[in-house]
Amino acid sequence: MSPEIARLLAEATWQTLYMVTVAGLAGTLLGLPLGVFLATSGKGELFQAVAVNRVLGLVVNAARSTPFIILVVAIIPFTRLVAGTSIGTTAAIVPLTVAATPFIARIVEAAIREVDQGLIEASRAMGATAFQIVRKVLLPEALPAIVLGLTLTAVSLIGYSAMVGAVGGGGLGDLGIRFGYQRFMPEVMAAVVIVLIVLVQGVQSIGESIARRVNRRLRTA
Amino acid sequence: MNALTRFPDPVAIPLPEPPPAEDPGSTGSTILFRNVSKEFQARDKDPAVTALDGVDLAVPGGSITGIIGRSGAGKSTLLRIINGLDRPTSGSVVVDGAEVGNLEPARLRDLRRSIGMIFQHFNLLSSRTVFDNIALPLELAGTPRAEIRSRVDELIELVGLGDKRGRYPVELSGGQKQRVGIARALATRPKVLLSDEATSALDPETTRAILALLKRINALTGVTIVLITHEMQVIKEICDRVAVIERGRIIEEGPVYEVFARPRAETTRNFVASVTGSALPRDLADRLNASPDGAGSAVIRIVFTGEHATAPVISRLSRSLDIDVNVLSGQVDEIGGRPFGNLIVTVPARRDVSAALQALATAHGLHTEILGYVP
Repeated sequence: MSPEIARLLAEATWQTLYMVTVAGLAGTLLGLPLGVFLATSGKGELFQAVAVNRVLGLVVNAARSTPFIILVVAIIPFTRLVAGTSIGTTAAIVPLTVAATPFIARIVEAAIREVDQGLIEASRAMGATAFQIVRKVLLPEALPAIVLGLTLTAVSLIGYSAMVGAVGGGGLGDLGIRFGYQRFMPEVMAAVVIVLIVLVQGVQSIGESIARRVNRRLRTA
Repeated sequence: MNALTRFPDPVAIPLPEPPPAEDPGSTGSTILFRNVSKEFQARDKDPAVTALDGVDLAVPGGSITGIIGRSGAGKSTLLRIINGLDRPTSGSVVVDGAEVGNLEPARLRDLRRSIGMIFQHFNLLSSRTVFDNIALPLELAGTPRAEIRSRVDELIELVGLGDKRGRYPVELSGGQKQRVGIARALATRPKVLLSDEATSALDPETTRAILALLKRINALTGVTIVLITHEMQVIKEICDRVAVIERGRIIEEGPVYEVFARPRAETTRNFVASVTGSALPRDLADRLNASPDGAGSAVIRIVFTGEHATAPVISRLSRSLDIDVNVLSGQVDEIGGRPFGNLIVTVPARRDVSAALQALATAHGLHTEILGYVP
């Protein structure tokens, strides 16, 4: 492999990591409260708001049912509004975040709904406010499932980031398409695939190890 | 009835005094239910289900009051109405002078901090250690850290978990988890402790240990304990008073000793029979006639209470009438700290025997009852 290709590979890896990390963090920042709300605003729940819950649920479903490559193009005006431009690695973070947020919201919602109702009952009986129940009971108890969900999100984002080449986002996927495929350089394609496999493996192992550490439901020696 | 009649009730047993509290200022709250009804409606078009139907009940401050009923009788709803987890459809519940149903949210939370609750499935946070689980209600109440520490340490010692401080619930046995639950419920020094089938998931030995702990806590702090259960053994073991609930209504209520001695309702009799050995042997029950015609023997239940539990009634009866008294089953128990005996005997179905029995019963303050006749 020529030094030039190696340099491109390093740069693309860095771009992918940058996009996935920032979009993952931003998506968590938005998706976590959204997921908590979705899980606690149904009928008879802590922050009962059935109509808002239903509308948000529809929006989340709509965002999740749009194929990512369509989403990237469809929200270009919004991307321009947020990032100042619709082209480039930083701009690509906007559609990635928009895709990650509802994904994370549903994962957080599912994790919180898995928490034993008896714990909510017990904390209500202790005189806890709804916010206290979320902060002291629901989130800590759902943490292992949330961590695993965020790991899943990160892996999905690595996959999505391959498509932002369409708007000049760069990254590993873009490198693979432009050099490996369009310029008939199979060694570049192979290198890209190997780096992606390593990245995904790394993310998955780290996520699982954190989830194990925060999971107190398992008997650890 | 001709040959034998039901004998007059023995002297009424006075209501037991609440145990002396360690700190007279912390005596438990009185709880009053006035005509409380509760209906549930799962969906708008479903017919409403009545969980409670005009319940009147007074729980004396500092008492251990048991509410017993089969599943679905409404006991759980009754308990949850005390701390406002459920709201009555009509009627009122007054705890320490405050009507629970009328409290605004902030006042209701204050009230809940003065009412501890323990659960059948413990409801401990799996993400918190023993120490942090017990600390939770104090954190919620905004207690300073140093104070939390000393209070939790004190509670850990009280429930006997000194060596489990840093353990997580998954590492504890059922009994240990319930001890954590009890310590957590007591953290804010409540005046009432609600127990929702707290021993139903535990084995008999652990159940006894947990009940003994609750009794000790009641004696130590004067906290009013309201517990619901489907096991008469639990009532027998620690309660001062018992209320029997069936289809949303209280069908019988009073001091445990009295209810055990003279259960009135059929359901109560069955509950009492389940623990006092007053159930008839099956082969006898099958042969039992209600009519005395042509009967050779009468089957009689004799309930011994208080100091009479040890009186030699049978030998006296046998000697004075020169008859054979055949003991079919018998058991002497201690209920509410007093001896309580239950004896099932057969005697010849003769008029003079019944008169003599009646005389004995009156003289010794016993309660006798004819269960039926056998040929």
